[in-house]
Amino acid sequence: MTDVAVIDAGGANFGSVCYALERHGARPRIVRDADGLADAPRVLLPGVGAAGPAMTLLRERGFAEVLPALRKPLLGICLGMQLLFDSSEEGDVACLGLLPGRVRKLVGGPALRVPHIGWNTLEQVAASPLAEGIGSGEHAYFVHGYAAPVTGDCVAACTHGQRFAAVVARGRIAGAQFHPERSSVSGARLLRNFLQWKPS
Amino acid sequence: MLSRRIIPCLDVRDGRVVKGMRFRDHVDMGNIEELALRYRDAGADELVFYDITASPEGRSVARDWVERVARLIDIPFCVAGGIRSVEDARAVLRAGADKISINTPALERPALVSELADALGVQCVVVGIDSVRDDDGQWRVRSHTGNANAMRAPGRRTLDWLVEAQRLGAGEIVLNCMGSDGVRGGYDLEQLQAVRPLCAVPLVASGGAGAMAHFADAFIEADVDAALAAGVFHSGAIAIPQLKQYLRGQAIEVRP
Repeated sequence: MTDVAVIDAGGANFGSVCYALERHGARPRIVRDADGLADAPRVLLPGVGAAGPAMTLLRERGFAEVLPALRKPLLGICLGMQLLFDSSEEGDVACLGLLPGRVRKLVGGPALRVPHIGWNTLEQVAASPLAEGIGSGEHAYFVHGYAAPVTGDCVAACTHGQRFAAVVARGRIAGAQFHPERSSVSGARLLRNFLQWKPS
Repeated sequence: MLSRRIIPCLDVRDGRVVKGMRFRDHVDMGNIEELALRYRDAGADELVFYDITASPEGRSVARDWVERVARLIDIPFCVAGGIRSVEDARAVLRAGADKISINTPALERPALVSELADALGVQCVVVGIDSVRDDDGQWRVRSHTGNANAMRAPGRRTLDWLVEAQRLGAGEIVLNCMGSDGVRGGYDLEQLQAVRPLCAVPLVASGGAGAMAHFADAFIEADVDAALAAGVFHSGAIAIPQLKQYLRGQAIEVRP
């Protein structure tokens, strides 16, 4: 059984992430300050809410300093993935800077609702142990109004008017824009892959 | 491509799923977890749980069953009933719900929508609107609809409230057309079509589903993002796998 440190970044919904980790045999532990990361082999950064308040909290609690230097697999989910990038247009804040790029607001339109809510299809972009078994056309559950660009770190993309990064991986840093804890089969696959992930 | 969503709605009373006229002749439908799993397995895209006694009893949603459901299922679910403050909402989300839906409390104090959106993010704030066509032909909202005897007509036009709710921070709108609710004669396409151009966020149709064609109509004619129903699913009149197969046959994008 593997321990996973689940960072409390002020979002309210890490309950569902913890339950999903438990369903896959992991032992989640909610950590509220950077010291709590010391003895956990894996770290998960969930997040529902806005980038500004979340970054403020991560700085106050020492995470912003510790996360970049950490040598453990780190998975950001939804806002948690967006915070891995350089900056976000949401509140115009600097983020953790672990992945290059700026998170921008999704552009809506007549038949294009924002926030992007619901099940959308994934498009495989690059091979990664993190996305193993999750092929193009599989559905995942998204709930977000901002999105990260498709860069060289993008493993799977999704399109809602524009194309954006749905799964990213670079070194020991990973992220999912969708909610694996609520994405049925594909989400279970991603969480299991993360729990077994041994980034080189 | 983004799928259209099929959402069964489960009324919860004293920790059990019930059906029937609200506050009258409740029929016990079974255990919450069992039904949640059954709908998940059938391919429901999302579930809505409505704690029908929370609001009339002046309490917030019972969190124990929210947590039990959250532990069990791996599809999103929304919880409605008795959420009046950021603290109420936070507690429900912490228990594992993905979204919260507010109706009467938002009409009574619209600032609540903004408070929730600011504190928790617009993506988890759903505003439910109960709407009726009045004798003068205008659609207007109703509040306190959980209890037929307590229902009120605040006088607000549905279209005005829809626009204001979005301005305040609603991330999704559930429009329950009360005139068609429970009748199974189809969703109120005229009203949904009137609302659609004013609704920039996802719109969920509610009230009136009786046949598979009604779902297709709502998606094709009114361009709604999701369709919610209770009775037809609970009674077994419509099975979700067959419904999705039918919708796919109508060239409507649905999740397998």
